[in-house]
Amino acid sequence: MVIGERKPFEEIVKMLNGHKKILVLGCGGCVTVCLTGGDDAVKVLSSQLRMSREKDNDPLEITEKTIERQCDPEYVEQISDIVGQIDGVLSLACGVGVQYVAERYPTMPVYPALNTTFVGGSKKEGYYVERCQTCGDCKLYYTAGICPVARCSKSLLNGPCGGSTNGKCEIDPQVDCAWQLIIDRLKSLNLMDRYEQIIEANDWRSSRDGGPRTMIREDFQR
Amino acid sequence: MADFEPIIVAFCCHYCAYGAADLAGSMRLEYPPNIRIIRLPCTGKVTPILLLRAFEKGADGVYVAGCLEGDCHFIHGNLVAKPRVNYTKKLIQEVGLEPERLEMFNMSAAMGPRFAEVAREFTERIKALGPSPLRKTQSAATKEAA
Repeated sequence: MVIGERKPFEEIVKMLNGHKKILVLGCGGCVTVCLTGGDDAVKVLSSQLRMSREKDNDPLEITEKTIERQCDPEYVEQISDIVGQIDGVLSLACGVGVQYVAERYPTMPVYPALNTTFVGGSKKEGYYVERCQTCGDCKLYYTAGICPVARCSKSLLNGPCGGSTNGKCEIDPQVDCAWQLIIDRLKSLNLMDRYEQIIEANDWRSSRDGGPRTMIREDFQR
Repeated sequence: MADFEPIIVAFCCHYCAYGAADLAGSMRLEYPPNIRIIRLPCTGKVTPILLLRAFEKGADGVYVAGCLEGDCHFIHGNLVAKPRVNYTKKLIQEVGLEPERLEMFNMSAAMGPRFAEVAREFTERIKALGPSPLRKTQSAATKEAA
């Protein structure tokens, strides 16, 4: 899932300066799962904003709503009735959602309440870790399902560097050396021959080269 | 400020603090009338939204009273509540309220005197802090909190 972290409260307050009636819009997708952008987060942030503005004698009227996903036009459409009655949208979605809302409602200021941080998963409730860097060229076949691009601090593709000590990375003793994990797993799966296959330099053209990427399913095109 | 009577909302677990409040009453113990008790099935029910709403509606102080650690009727509800209360302290601090306006206490149903003591101490604490900046007029806040 896409992980988002809430921006500092002061930054959000500053963005909303001058606004009187806003929509605080949650997203029912990834950010609900990582507890930062769902319905609960909408209620908490709205309550904080109301109190903060009330305290300064500058009340803020807030409409609270959470839609299924903000990265799909059909769901973003669902707020069209509300948009006419407000002067700004504070989106608790990832950067994609914020942009979709902005694109659909060109005259409406849309602000991000989250910093979109990484693509990851849950280690336990409320604890999320990065697992993918969306480089666009998966090497997981060679590396026993552990990504060296996202999890090795240097994104090395052919084994560990000299900074690997007792299975930990030199950048932080809390960080596992991805290559230690890969080799341990390849050994346990009896697949060490894959380690001996040299992975060529990564083709970063599939990553961010050439501007924003697209993925098109031909059979869905009309 | 001498005549300031704070509004304090106490979220009390049915299996401990609520029983302790009952016992305090049976024992004829006096404690300040500023406390508004809201009974919960367990403090594990407490969420930041619930606590924020109490402040938003004009409470000057809020506390959560759950079972002694290790004694939760639902095994670990009070241990769920504890970090939530601490997290909510940060949330109210961001808004500009003192984090001391929110607290969590632990007690058993047999601790009637402790319930009265907590009520007295917390009321004194809130009186020292003064009214919440979100409280417009005392009567309006009382009405809304009720």
